[in-house]
Amino acid sequence: MKETRANPVMPPPPAAAGPRRFALALIAFVALCFGTLRGEWSGLFSLESLRKMAELFAGFVPPATDGDFLQQVAVGFVETLAISVLGTLLAAFAGLAVALPAAGQGARRAVARLVLNALRAVPELVWAALLVIAAGLGPFPGTLALALHTTGVLGRLFADALENTPPDAALALRRNGGGAVAAFCYGTLPTALPQLLSYTLYRWENNIRAAAVLGVVGGGGLGQLLYFHLGLFHFNEAGSVLLAMLVLVACVDVTSDRLRLAVARA
Amino acid sequence: MTSSAAASDTLRDPLWHQRIGFTVCAALLLIPSLWITEFKPWVFFDEQSLTAGGMFLRSFWPPAHSGDFLVLLAQATWNTIAVATAGVTLALLIAVPGALLGNRALSVSALAHGRMRVIGRAGRGGVRGVLIVLRSVPELVWGLLFVRAVGLGDTAGVLAIALTFGGMIGKVFLEVFESVDRRPAQALLQGGATRLGAFLLGTLPTCAPELVSYLVFRWECAIRSSVILGFVGAGGLGQQMELSMKMLAGGEVIVFLLTFVLLVAVADALSKRLRRWMA
Amino acid sequence: MSPRLALDAVAHGYARGRDALRDVSLVIEPGEQVALIGPSGAGKTTLLHTLALALPPTRGHIDWGGRDPWALTSSERHALRRQCFLAPQHPPLPPRQRVVHAVLATRLARGGLWPALRSLLATPREADVRDAFDALAAFRLEDKLWLRCDRLSGGERQRVALARMAVAASPVNLLDEPVSSLDPVLGASALAAVQSDAKARGASLVVSLHDVNLARASFTRLIGLREGQIQFDLPASAVTDERLRELYGAEFGRAMAGVALPEDDADALRLTVSGCA
Ligand SMILES: Nc1ncnc2c1ncn2[C@@H]1O[C@H](COP(=O)(O)OP(=O)(O)OP(=O)(O)O)[C@@H](O)[C@H]1O
Ligand SMILES: [Mg+2]
Repeated sequence: MKETRANPVMPPPPAAAGPRRFALALIAFVALCFGTLRGEWSGLFSLESLRKMAELFAGFVPPATDGDFLQQVAVGFVETLAISVLGTLLAAFAGLAVALPAAGQGARRAVARLVLNALRAVPELVWAALLVIAAGLGPFPGTLALALHTTGVLGRLFADALENTPPDAALALRRNGGGAVAAFCYGTLPTALPQLLSYTLYRWENNIRAAAVLGVVGGGGLGQLLYFHLGLFHFNEAGSVLLAMLVLVACVDVTSDRLRLAVARA
Repeated sequence: MTSSAAASDTLRDPLWHQRIGFTVCAALLLIPSLWITEFKPWVFFDEQSLTAGGMFLRSFWPPAHSGDFLVLLAQATWNTIAVATAGVTLALLIAVPGALLGNRALSVSALAHGRMRVIGRAGRGGVRGVLIVLRSVPELVWGLLFVRAVGLGDTAGVLAIALTFGGMIGKVFLEVFESVDRRPAQALLQGGATRLGAFLLGTLPTCAPELVSYLVFRWECAIRSSVILGFVGAGGLGQQMELSMKMLAGGEVIVFLLTFVLLVAVADALSKRLRRWMA
Repeated sequence: MSPRLALDAVAHGYARGRDALRDVSLVIEPGEQVALIGPSGAGKTTLLHTLALALPPTRGHIDWGGRDPWALTSSERHALRRQCFLAPQHPPLPPRQRVVHAVLATRLARGGLWPALRSLLATPREADVRDAFDALAAFRLEDKLWLRCDRLSGGERQRVALARMAVAASPVNLLDEPVSSLDPVLGASALAAVQSDAKARGASLVVSLHDVNLARASFTRLIGLREGQIQFDLPASAVTDERLRELYGAEFGRAMAGVALPEDDADALRLTVSGCA
């Protein structure tokens, strides 16, 4: 044994130049990003601005609690929730509709993917600002804006999930003479459904945060109240709105978590 | 008669009340939402909207392409990317330590006793709590607050992204760290490894690809956030686009929209390349 | 020099069920090499984990190089673990990790942050790679140095875990059935490699084994464990077939001799054998 393996030669590590070069480029890129930022870090972390921040946060206490205002907050609360729910639901259906061709083949796939990418590329707030031009202010353009962007996000996730679904069940139905629609509804969909539902719930958690700020461009909900009162330096009122936002987000997170667990178990 | 009743019992879907309940709940949720959000798609088709929207849409053509505008576009795009990248980098400074400190799988006290000591449990719970609060405040709200306190330059936008994304990325990293096979890290801990050593050589090799593709996805989201922050005054594409929209300069708006699509395509390509390397 | 380990009337009980170790007293002198044998479920793994300070004894006392580890603070005890290498029965290797990192893992994870980071971001230090290569060569795995762990066979994974031991260079080494997935020839040579490495470093070595003949041929001291108790602790020459029959039960001799068994006995044997798996 010793004779045959005398003086074993250590093999050199396999070349990893690609990743190494990429890592260096990445570091340079990040450094360049920091280097070209305008504005001063010292200004942000100076005692003066820290004092201002502290003052600002102190201004939120105590939150405003008079009856009329709380009613406005309650309306905004419900409106934000409704925007997020409806926007997500619409997007789930629209996303599934576009995901079907996007999970297919050929030109239809390319076109559908392009549409999804375009929908996803434009932030919901920008969609809202565009729609407000045509539909006027209010929660409706906000909902639609949320739905448009989310369609892009969910549609792509759905398409990938459908592509990764084992085709056995659907193929069996097709071989027995079932139509394409039947094969999808009774073959592919039941297999992929838990995954699709869980994506939708994750996105809902994201969308409640987005819905909370749509009001900044006139999309309704709590954001509108916050923007309004911050603009007028009504800090106690802004404090109440912020609190309502945090509560809403926490509620949705917990609900979505529960539902996701239920979906995973079912 | 009894037999037919029995037959109809066995034929009835045992989950029928669950299904009915689900449908009713969905309707109860949907109908008020439609009402609350003033969901009236036909407003797009009344005369006023049609003229306003139609005029705006028609102004999309021809896309703006003057030299001045293109220079402005390039500057704004770079600014948006720089803010997003710097924000995500700082977010990692929050997320990675947070995810490591909150990680229950790296507890040395749980190693021998199966249970963490009180301090360990309280500390890890506290770190998780901070991450959750950070991710609950939308970055735009941080931005609005910074604007009141210190004025909104790029740095405030970066900070707004860093805070919210730090919470989001930290929470997801934490979930990933705890969901992968813990035995390699625990075997190393058992041999006297430091917590960081056990993480680097026991946990990280398994989950690195997942972390990287999530990070690229978040970077793409950060670009959108950076655009949104521009709408409230942080500069970059968002600010320029808001100006164009105020002036109803459709030719410029369409160019901005196309830029967004291009940025997403770049992020997608990057993600694909990285995933291939890490596979 | 490796620490002297002494267990005094140690018992360990898991949360449910009866005690897995009962009234175990033994001493491992510095640099000593001991084989641990006994039927499946006898408590071999539990004993090794107790020695490795992975499990606190529910009763009794441990003397670890003159100190009582369970009276120390958590971080002092963790420092003791640094002197101890435990190879679990099933080697836990991260699937995407490369063999070179897997072999160096214990050493790198015990050390400072920079060597670990450097080995992940770039490559490990030349000297580290050389050590990993030499350790692998002792188990005929030198050609797997840059491969990923999930491309290895079961026996190769087990040998990678053994190669870790030489690199970790701990004064106390505890191996739990280190050759269970290896063929007889490779198993014997791997065990010999482990033993000569421990001897060269003056490190103590405790190995649990199912292959009794291998244990008798390779070790001078054998400890027989049955139902959580030490049945014998003898020089290899004194471990007679009679002793082994007491340890493993009456079928022992026939199973080892490979005598043709009547039908119903063959069934009984198959049961005991599958119980070991
Ligand atoms: N985590 C645990 N919880 C409860 N009981 C356990 C646990 N681990 C082991 N046991 C029990 O303790 C006893 C001793 O187990 P141990 O793993 O030490 O046996 P072993 O001698 O290593 O067996 P083998 O040769 O099969 O590996 C067994 O009865 C086993 O069922
Ligand atoms: Mg065992």
